[in-house]
Amino acid sequence: MEALLEILEDLHPDVDFESCETLIDDKILDSFDIVTLVADISEEYDITIPVEEIIPKNFNSAKALYALVERLIDEG
Amino acid sequence: MQKNVLEYLENIVNIVPGKAAYADDTTQITFEEVFTRSRSIGTYLYNQGHTNEPIVVFMGRHPRTIVAYYGVVYSGSYYVPIDEEMPRHRIELIFQSLNPTAVVCDQETRGSLESYGYEGKAYLYEDMIQAEADEEVINSIRERQLDIDPLYIVYTSGSTGVPKGVAACHRSVIDYIEGLSSILQIDENTVFGNQTPLYVDACLKELYPTLKFGATAYIIPKSLFLFPLKLTAFLNEYKINTICWVVSALTMISAFGVLEKDPPRYLHTIAFGSEVFPIKQFNLWRKHLPHARFINLYGPTEATGMSCYYEADREFLADEVIPIGKPFPNTQIILLNEDNQVPKQGETGEICIRGTRLTLGYYNSFDKTNEVFVQNPLNKAYPDLIYRTGDLGRYNGRGELLFVSRKDNQIKHMGHRIELGEIESAANLHPDVQAACCIYDDRRSKIVLFYTGSVTTSEMAQFLKGKLPRYMVPNRLKALERMPLTTNGKIDRVALKSSVSQ
Repeated sequence: MEALLEILEDLHPDVDFESCETLIDDKILDSFDIVTLVADISEEYDITIPVEEIIPKNFNSAKALYALVERLIDEG
Repeated sequence: MQKNVLEYLENIVNIVPGKAAYADDTTQITFEEVFTRSRSIGTYLYNQGHTNEPIVVFMGRHPRTIVAYYGVVYSGSYYVPIDEEMPRHRIELIFQSLNPTAVVCDQETRGSLESYGYEGKAYLYEDMIQAEADEEVINSIRERQLDIDPLYIVYTSGSTGVPKGVAACHRSVIDYIEGLSSILQIDENTVFGNQTPLYVDACLKELYPTLKFGATAYIIPKSLFLFPLKLTAFLNEYKINTICWVVSALTMISAFGVLEKDPPRYLHTIAFGSEVFPIKQFNLWRKHLPHARFINLYGPTEATGMSCYYEADREFLADEVIPIGKPFPNTQIILLNEDNQVPKQGETGEICIRGTRLTLGYYNSFDKTNEVFVQNPLNKAYPDLIYRTGDLGRYNGRGELLFVSRKDNQIKHMGHRIELGEIESAANLHPDVQAACCIYDDRRSKIVLFYTGSVTTSEMAQFLKGKLPRYMVPNRLKALERMPLTTNGKIDRVALKSSVSQ
């Protein structure tokens, strides 16, 4: 989770990712962020995020995103 | 001879009145409705005393915003699009430099407009479309209008921190639409999927050919560009066959493997531009849509939309760049070297544009206009203007024009044209910042801001989000103890640039 928070904070140093649960709903992340996130997360955790998982509910909070990462590692 | 863009509408409304002209995922507006509503708005504004002046259209990404544009044109005025998604500081700067006496808003944006302390007249779209159109008024306005009168002003990034308003006239837009339509082979069966914002000149590609041919343009919701599978589902649901997108929106689809899983089945014409298309991604598109036409477009706002095109119909190697090709019909490209001479074949020169599509220049700024709209140095006989783009180009062995680089600190990021100086100016507005320098990491496509001063990166990010459009906010912030300086005492851009490109 630490590494993921670091990736997110690098993108938006002014956002509190531990509490924010509306990253998509409140338009905090844009398409550039999604592309960067998918690339950085894939590299950091050595996983592939399939396009079916690139949906709003997986990106609305750091928690949701981390749950996706854990699930993909397990399935790996 | 056509002299006004509204003639497109007045012709097509007799041919396909009931067909959808502009639509999104929730609403659609027919040509008949575009016609009646925009004439109502035009009559209303004129009767309120507004004609031959800039009128701000302060509305969101919605089909009715386009109707408001045409309404302004019917009143004999010219539209200035301002979108709510622009940051407060930028909108304030535009209001200051334009000093408009009238703003058109709608129910959704009226509250936000009030917060800007704008004191001129504000007119509600929903009220104006109820007005009765006055044929006599509309005809007398049209009789007075010339094709060299402004149609719109759109704002673009300015290096000193103040956005520049580029004003274009009817004649330039008509010339552009005629050329573009033949290059893209637009007809009545065209279904556009619009990606670009409605407040930049890029959206001319969908707005006016739709009127010319009775095509349909779908305004794709911005949120879909975050989620590629939803995006292609939208393209397929509405049978979209023609798109003019920034490269980053296209690579979003190809890089995530969507072309294998759910390809856009109806697409046959794909225009792109404003950025380098990574060849690997381009080849993926060609492989999966072998029958589609791919067209690279190039052009600055100052020359009305796009000036050059290249149909990318051959294989490209990984280290090749897709050319920008050749000029549109009725447009000339002149390369000029530092001595204002045409460089030798294969050598680099500044791309200069000549033709009827040169815009009127920067609104309320003769000085800035005269810096770049200049006498053609090759013509000593009569007044003959060219626009100096600041882009460097050269011809390859096939005689195709290639974009090489910029002369200055202007960049293209996510399809947007950005002056790094404008970002630096915004950062320097923070009282605790001592120095700021912005560079572009070309390899990773990231804007990086270096600064010194007692400001945390978190404070800085928040500060900049209030001053700059979202796409201009740096992707990386680096607080430095000291700025590297050159021997002349200037900030050493080269050192900063090489520090990020390692």
